[in-house]
Amino acid sequence: MYLYPRWIRAWHMINALMFLILIATGLSMQYTDKNSTFYMVGFAMSVRWHNFAAIVLTINYIAFVTGNLISKNGGHYKIKKENFVQDLISQAKFYGFGMFKGEKHPFPVTEKSKFNPLQKITYVFAMYVAFPFLIISGIGLFFPEITIDRFFGVSRLILTDVLHITMGFFLSIFMIIHIYTCTLGRTPFSLFKGMITGYHEHDEEHVD
Amino acid sequence: MKLFIFRLFLLITVLSSGSLIAAANGFFGKGSGKSQDTTTFVPPYAEDNQRCFKCHGQAMYEYTNEKLGRKIKAMMFSERIIDKDEFYKSNHRNFSCTDCHSTEYANWPHSGELRMEQKLICLDCHGGDEKFAQYHFEEIEADYKQSVHFKMEEDGFTCWKCHNPHSYKISERNLKNVKETVAYDNAICLNCHANFDRFKLLTDRLEIDIIKKHEWLPNQAAHFANVRCIECHTKINNNVPVSHQIMPKDQAVRRCNECHSQNSILMASLYKFEAKQDRRDGFLNGVILKESYVIGANRNKYLNILSLIIFAGVIGVVGFHTLLRLRKK
Repeated sequence: MYLYPRWIRAWHMINALMFLILIATGLSMQYTDKNSTFYMVGFAMSVRWHNFAAIVLTINYIAFVTGNLISKNGGHYKIKKENFVQDLISQAKFYGFGMFKGEKHPFPVTEKSKFNPLQKITYVFAMYVAFPFLIISGIGLFFPEITIDRFFGVSRLILTDVLHITMGFFLSIFMIIHIYTCTLGRTPFSLFKGMITGYHEHDEEHVD
Repeated sequence: MKLFIFRLFLLITVLSSGSLIAAANGFFGKGSGKSQDTTTFVPPYAEDNQRCFKCHGQAMYEYTNEKLGRKIKAMMFSERIIDKDEFYKSNHRNFSCTDCHSTEYANWPHSGELRMEQKLICLDCHGGDEKFAQYHFEEIEADYKQSVHFKMEEDGFTCWKCHNPHSYKISERNLKNVKETVAYDNAICLNCHANFDRFKLLTDRLEIDIIKKHEWLPNQAAHFANVRCIECHTKINNNVPVSHQIMPKDQAVRRCNECHSQNSILMASLYKFEAKQDRRDGFLNGVILKESYVIGANRNKYLNILSLIIFAGVIGVVGFHTLLRLRKK
């Protein structure tokens, strides 16, 4: 089943690549020390690459939101109100127990609905909550002169920075879980293949 | 749902601290109004000094040429103009001009030979005096003697090249005026290093383009506004308030991590005055964070621990899930 059009695959690939660069350079900036062995990229180079990847990521994000607004893809992110909690629980139960007992996927992938309820809520939080926070706080750090001096007594840039790092951290955690759940396809690599070819391999065992 | 997302966007835009523009500065910020001298200070030698300020306190002076029998108006040589207001705000405001300059200056016209008088330096008054012990002037002199500036002493380098005795104020360094301290101290360096005419007085070197020389420095403008030249160009000395040992240019700090790390050197230089204070709220280098923000120096131990726990938890769950899958096979 052809599920991932070319623009989504391109967006996803750029997003993944930029995010990996941002994680490596972000960690390097935050945790490299004078005599540290934890020395991934080096500070000056990290700054340059972090800035570059952030700009690409932001443009890419704008393209993603625009794409979702003008194409049908945005519909996949619509969360249904009815049975919201029950659906989440049944999906979680499937991941926790059902899949080991050979149960059928509670929300099989179709052209109309490519995300299960758990995916939907995580993706919505990642793309429409964490990402905007990450990008806006990033802009605040990129142009420190536009951020305010003090905010209710808290020194400038601290809020922006903690927000940026927290969002970066949660999105990194999201990425780990995302990559892991992508091994839950028919074979551990079939979902990765799908993101390259655009075709989703349907299978009874499929869970993601 | 679209409406929900749109509202969420609006909320994020409004809430995010990073997006609030400088217009809010005046409202939330403390403002950087110059500190005013509110004391009712009466200079003890005002009357005596006024005789000097009459000519040296302004750009133009006037005198009666008895030989020609008429009044003459002339321009004062700019280097000899002393800003009276600045002088009476300075640390030396209690002095009479003739405390430091020859009493013969009281006569006019001044004798030409007076120009040759040996000028005092800081240590002539401040050295070996208990009253000034807290400023460690002797240590400052020792620092200076190892500095690249000392090599130019024969060519005329003195304390006065950096510290104007007629306007010098000890910077009241605290977290409320870090930016002012930075601007004040950097102006001292730039007075010669960005003014080629003055620079030439002491060296035959070609003009230095400071902006170009520091092109390697990311976010140059932010660095220039928030840290002092001496942060990177002096060798740290914990015994003096401000290190006076300017190092040769090839020994200047170039590694970002000297400042951008958990043992930031800024704690021993720019933020030295507050550095004794406890680290706040779990933040390493917490003092820096009160007024500024330095990437890599702003680590919070609680957030670090929490993030490691979450990270380990996720890896644990993923590992456990993988194990179950393998067992099933």
